[in-house]
Amino acid sequence: MNNVNGSVVGSSSGSGDGSAPRRNSKRPKYSRFTQQELPACKPILTPKWVISVFTLIGVVFVPIGIASLMASNDVVEIVDRYDNVCVPPNMTNDKVAYIQNNATDKTCIRTLEVPKHMSQPIYVYYQLDNFYQNHRRYVKSRNDAQLRKRSQANETSGCDPEKRTIDGAPIVPCGLIAWSLFNDTYIFAIGNKNLTVNKKGISWKSDRDHKFGKDVFPKNFQSGPLIGGAKLNATKPLSEQEDLIVWMRTAALPTFRKLYGRIEQDLNAGDVISVTLKNNYNTYSFSGKKKLVLSTSSWLGGKNDFLGIAYLAVGGLCFFLAVAFTIVYLVKPRKLGDPSYLSWNRNPAGH
Amino acid sequence: MAANSPSLNPSAPPDDDPGVLPKAASRSRSSSSRHRAERNPSSNSNSAVSFERSTSKPVASYPSKRSDSERLGSQREISDDEARFVYVNDPGRTNQPIRFADNSIRTTKYSVLTFLPRNLFEQFHRVAYVYFLILAGLNQVPQLGVFTPAASILPLAFVLGVTAVKDGYEDWRRHRSDRDENNRTAQVLAPDGEFRPKRWKDILVGEVVKVTADETLPCDMVLLATSDPTGVAYVQTINLDGESNLKTRYAKQETQSTPPESTAGLIRCEKPNRNIYGFLASADVPGEKRVSLGPSNIILRGCELKNTSWVVGVAVYTGQDTKVMLNSSGAPSKRSRLEAHMNREVILLAVALVALCSIVTVLAGVWLVNHHDELNDLPYYRKEDYSGPEMDNYDYYGVGWETVFSFLKSVIIFQVMIPIALYISMELVRLGQAFFMIQDKNMFDEGSKTGFQCRALNINEDLGQIKYVFSDKTGTLTENKMEFRCASVGGVDYSAASDGEEDGHSITVDGETWRPKMSVKTDPELMNAVMGGEGIEKSNRARDFFLALATCNTIVPILVDTPEPSLKLIDYQGESPDEQALVYAAAAYGFVLMQRTSGHILIDVLGERQRFDVLGLHEFDSDRKRMSVIIGCPDRTVKLFVKGADNSMFGVIQKDLDLDIIHATKTNLHSYSSLGLRTLVVGMRELSEHEFKKWQSAYEKATTALIGRGKLLKAIASNAERDLRILGASGIEDKLQQGVPEAIESMRQAGIKVWVLTGDKQETAISIGYSCKLLTGEMTQIVINSNSRESCTRSLQDAASMSSRLAGAGSAKSSLALIIDGTSLVYILETELEEELFKVATTCDVVLCCRVAPLQKAGIVALIKHRTDDMTLAIGDGANDVSMIQMADVGIGISGQEGRQAVMASDFAMGQFRFLVPLLLVHGHWNYQRMAYMILYNFYRNAVFVFILFWYVLYTAYSLISAISEWSSVLYSVIYTALPTIVVGILDKDLSRKTLLKYPQLYRAGQRDERYNLKLFIFTMMDCIWQSIAVFYIPYLAYRHSDVDVSGLGDLWILAVVILVNIHLAMDVFRWNWITHASIWGCIAATVICVIIIDSIWMLRGFWAIFNMMGTGLFWLCLLGIIVAGMVPRFATKALTEYFLPSDVQIARELEKFQNLTASTISEIPMSTFSHPL
Repeated sequence: MNNVNGSVVGSSSGSGDGSAPRRNSKRPKYSRFTQQELPACKPILTPKWVISVFTLIGVVFVPIGIASLMASNDVVEIVDRYDNVCVPPNMTNDKVAYIQNNATDKTCIRTLEVPKHMSQPIYVYYQLDNFYQNHRRYVKSRNDAQLRKRSQANETSGCDPEKRTIDGAPIVPCGLIAWSLFNDTYIFAIGNKNLTVNKKGISWKSDRDHKFGKDVFPKNFQSGPLIGGAKLNATKPLSEQEDLIVWMRTAALPTFRKLYGRIEQDLNAGDVISVTLKNNYNTYSFSGKKKLVLSTSSWLGGKNDFLGIAYLAVGGLCFFLAVAFTIVYLVKPRKLGDPSYLSWNRNPAGH
Repeated sequence: MAANSPSLNPSAPPDDDPGVLPKAASRSRSSSSRHRAERNPSSNSNSAVSFERSTSKPVASYPSKRSDSERLGSQREISDDEARFVYVNDPGRTNQPIRFADNSIRTTKYSVLTFLPRNLFEQFHRVAYVYFLILAGLNQVPQLGVFTPAASILPLAFVLGVTAVKDGYEDWRRHRSDRDENNRTAQVLAPDGEFRPKRWKDILVGEVVKVTADETLPCDMVLLATSDPTGVAYVQTINLDGESNLKTRYAKQETQSTPPESTAGLIRCEKPNRNIYGFLASADVPGEKRVSLGPSNIILRGCELKNTSWVVGVAVYTGQDTKVMLNSSGAPSKRSRLEAHMNREVILLAVALVALCSIVTVLAGVWLVNHHDELNDLPYYRKEDYSGPEMDNYDYYGVGWETVFSFLKSVIIFQVMIPIALYISMELVRLGQAFFMIQDKNMFDEGSKTGFQCRALNINEDLGQIKYVFSDKTGTLTENKMEFRCASVGGVDYSAASDGEEDGHSITVDGETWRPKMSVKTDPELMNAVMGGEGIEKSNRARDFFLALATCNTIVPILVDTPEPSLKLIDYQGESPDEQALVYAAAAYGFVLMQRTSGHILIDVLGERQRFDVLGLHEFDSDRKRMSVIIGCPDRTVKLFVKGADNSMFGVIQKDLDLDIIHATKTNLHSYSSLGLRTLVVGMRELSEHEFKKWQSAYEKATTALIGRGKLLKAIASNAERDLRILGASGIEDKLQQGVPEAIESMRQAGIKVWVLTGDKQETAISIGYSCKLLTGEMTQIVINSNSRESCTRSLQDAASMSSRLAGAGSAKSSLALIIDGTSLVYILETELEEELFKVATTCDVVLCCRVAPLQKAGIVALIKHRTDDMTLAIGDGANDVSMIQMADVGIGISGQEGRQAVMASDFAMGQFRFLVPLLLVHGHWNYQRMAYMILYNFYRNAVFVFILFWYVLYTAYSLISAISEWSSVLYSVIYTALPTIVVGILDKDLSRKTLLKYPQLYRAGQRDERYNLKLFIFTMMDCIWQSIAVFYIPYLAYRHSDVDVSGLGDLWILAVVILVNIHLAMDVFRWNWITHASIWGCIAATVICVIIIDSIWMLRGFWAIFNMMGTGLFWLCLLGIIVAGMVPRFATKALTEYFLPSDVQIARELEKFQNLTASTISEIPMSTFSHPL
């Protein structure tokens, strides 16, 4: 076939005889682009490449895995589930009634022991289980315009079913998310000495500055027949209501933590912290759990072994594959680009 | 013996098709097919019907349209209600009461007003778009509002918009060229009797138009007068049918003499139709009897006037009614096989989609039932609304409805499972591929300066899967440039062509030298015989022979100036290349045709100028298969010269005269045709005065007859052509095109079976088969040549047993060739014998069908197409190939010597047969590979995304929300990931052109569906599920107990999936050039930018989330982990299969890469050297 190809190329290089200039313009212009001959790199997965890639991945992943595991190990985390215990013994059969009764005292005292030295800052989270903050109805039930601008207070679209009071006055902040604001509180003490919890700066600065207005104050909040959660201080602008701001960053998964505050001092191993908490928030109606979490942090965030294990596993697998491929290549080598492997050469009669 | 006449007349089929549509344009085309139908109504008319039904293209109506006007023929008068009345030079009256279309043309599809509705209407023919539209509509229902209205419409609007812009641009270009065309000016007769310029679009039917030399005709006009006193005009019809030679048209004598401004009269002509070779009308000229008008009296829009200083005509068809406009059918639309397969997988995806939605719906239903009592207690559900005066349910309609809504919402959210961008991507990719095919300099024909044409834009990838090539012979395998090779005169064979005088014979006229444009090699012996060196008897016979060649034709000599003032070239223009060759041959032997008018012929006979009166001319028709002229010679004798196909001529030759000459001639004819030459017999008879008178009166009566004119003329011709004295026979060579044997060999290696379907007789076909290496010495030939059903059955059984015997013997060496003729096919096609033929034919390596009619060609293609899944390709150049081209999966027209009808019906058109090799082996392979990969990739890409959404829905109480911001969701398939796949689909090459041409066997990858099949699809989908798991669950597990918010995690997911699918694509790219790099990495960058922009809008819930995420190490580790974990299985599988189960393409890639190291030395060594491992 080369000769066909060659002859055409040959004749095209000769100048046209000009007898038919009419169609001459159709002659393709030669360029590497139009002839699809742009300079290009043609990678091929040679054994060398395959083994190097797997080895490289192994070399990168295993140390990262180890580092992640170490980071996760360094994090000290105290998790205490209190929803089931902070109910008076006589009420355990009807927790919902207990929690919905405004008259009863919800105070509950928990003691936590610090297992290892915890260096500051120690983050205080509350963790809710089985709470679908990512539910379609819930996520949409808010209005960002209203939160940002005082003039938009009447803008409550999308906030169903917590839009307006029965008299028709707009609720600020409206919507299910704000309505269901978490309202358990915690007071920490070691012995008699109170641990101060810094609740400033627990929300994103971008939210405080741009999403929640400095001149927007709560109005008609939690005034309906059904109280969903915390009430807001009507004298503080929304941009300073950091618990609300944190709460309104809806969580991605049904088990989530929200930052409550920071303890800005080290805790020593063996310290016993007593927590005085107000068990206000109703998770009993949907059998959700409430946990209090104290945790230090590492460069990787909180305590989570998964990533380290995953990296080790992938890295290990790649090392294994590198070795396996090496062995396989040695045992059953094939010369690359050997035409005798072409199907019509292996089996000349075959089609 | 069957027909074997190289065109006896302009209309004769160069192919010698027996009773077949002649390829060259002519008016006798209609008569030939009419008679064919009459003769054999059962087989042909039936098949015609079935073929037209089975092809859905607009062009398919072509033959039937033509036959309409054929039936009108000259047999009967057009009735008034079928006629159009044109009052010459009275446009006002002509356009009453109905106004005919004006002369403006419109090739555009849309106007400004109709563009939007019409374009949208056309686009919504695609079922997928209707699906997306319905989903977008559903989304507007408040209960189902998954996306905001704008976001839900965006992807559909985007693809519709891109397509609309593309269509609009194409239409705008058409509009511009229309405007230019409509505003050209022509000379139109004004009421004051002067010709004044008028714009084309304002010309009305009935107006008298004057056109001067080299101008283009503005509309279809009946000739009234020409500058030639005899009323002759020459036109070039290249724009109409692609034929570059001149055609003769006549003005009727009745109108020729009247000055144009005083012409009046009434023309009754048939309604506009698309038959460019037929016209039927009659004219009532005041003071004259009614004259009938035929195709030779009309000149058509688009033609150019040549060699005539002016003509005057009356417009009869204008604008959209002109034949050229009626014939401008759109490109045929076919659906590629890959697309058909793709639709199968789209259905699978739809099933998967329904399955996903059902799972979600069931789970959602179960959840609702389980939580039914506490719905109002769930702070995130809050069933009840207390804000109104009465307690009400908020957006809750009971478990049943909520479940239904869940299903609909899940369809909306998972809708991209059906890849919306795939359709538009495929269109763009095909456009790009077509661009590169057109630009390929290896498919540009230097000889005719024609490039490759892509007429059908949706079957590019079919070119990579062809299994059968059906080729016409004349003009496709051969050049259709006839060369006079040898002659048998008086039974003596003169085939020793010498190189003789290079310049050929020339004559001197008024001090100028006139020389025929093409020189023909002459045989010295024959020359000697002409000169009288071998006795007076031989000399006379030879002179009559060449006189017959010079006169018995319709060639027009045209003088062409050369740079030398004293030298002029005679260019013989005619519609049949065979006739041209014969006239050039006659000129070489001293009989130079100098001038032809309708009344006389001027010939330079061996240096002496002689004038011959043309007393009568019997045109070629396919029943007689011969033509004749009656010539009044200078010596007052009247001679009848006849030339025709051998079988028809031996029937009318006087048997008792020159018996040995007849015998010797037959022997010579046989040897000529087995050399592959086209043969032709010439005879003559002297007419006595009485005979001539008798003929003349009959002839005159016939020509003026209004009813049954054609039949009468034919009868007169048959009556005159009898008792002929044989003069001799000629052999004309139709040269093989350049590179045909090599091309056929390449295709054979590529596993493509080449079948040749020709109208030629068997011996010619076989010899051509040998010369193009289709047939070889080792082949066993099975010849089926039967005249009855029974013998056909027997032959087929014999053939079947023979093929099975050979196959049983296991001798791989001996291959089979089947040679079958048209007569046998009559008994086989469309009967139960078809199955037998199919079995035999598919075991044969080569099939040659000779003397087949056009519809039989299509029948043979259908034989394969309907019984196998194999792709068929038909290639041809003439009108007789149209049906075959339309029948085959891919139709290719050769834009060569003959008309443009094959090109008009084809999907691709090119200049030479050998371009099939780069077209199929290189472009076809690439296109198939690219398109196959692109479709799979698009499926994968969207499915990964849908699965990620699906996994997330499982953690949202099945409430059908997506963590990924809705804008990212809708941009995913149209922006984030669309460009790289299009670029790769246009530019990627698995192998270089050189390798593909060197190893034609690589083409078989496409025939085996290697790059796209159900197995690959399932494999891809499994990979896709794994990747979606990696993308979803790595962040899920890493962030399980953290304070991450929806948007942050959503951003991680979208970035991860976009990078992953782009890396996936990058891993499969064969060739990285800068465009590929730019598109893939650019797309990832664009995605990051888009995500950042989306997260910078305070109104959206994800405000600033990406910045908070990017600030943590966990984010980056997740991203890296996802990409590696997602790709490892695929990478390992790829490495493993490429190494241990390498495909041919893979080995060839390695060859290509590693041979470069030792390049120049190895690449020239023949392949066999490589069969031993080095």
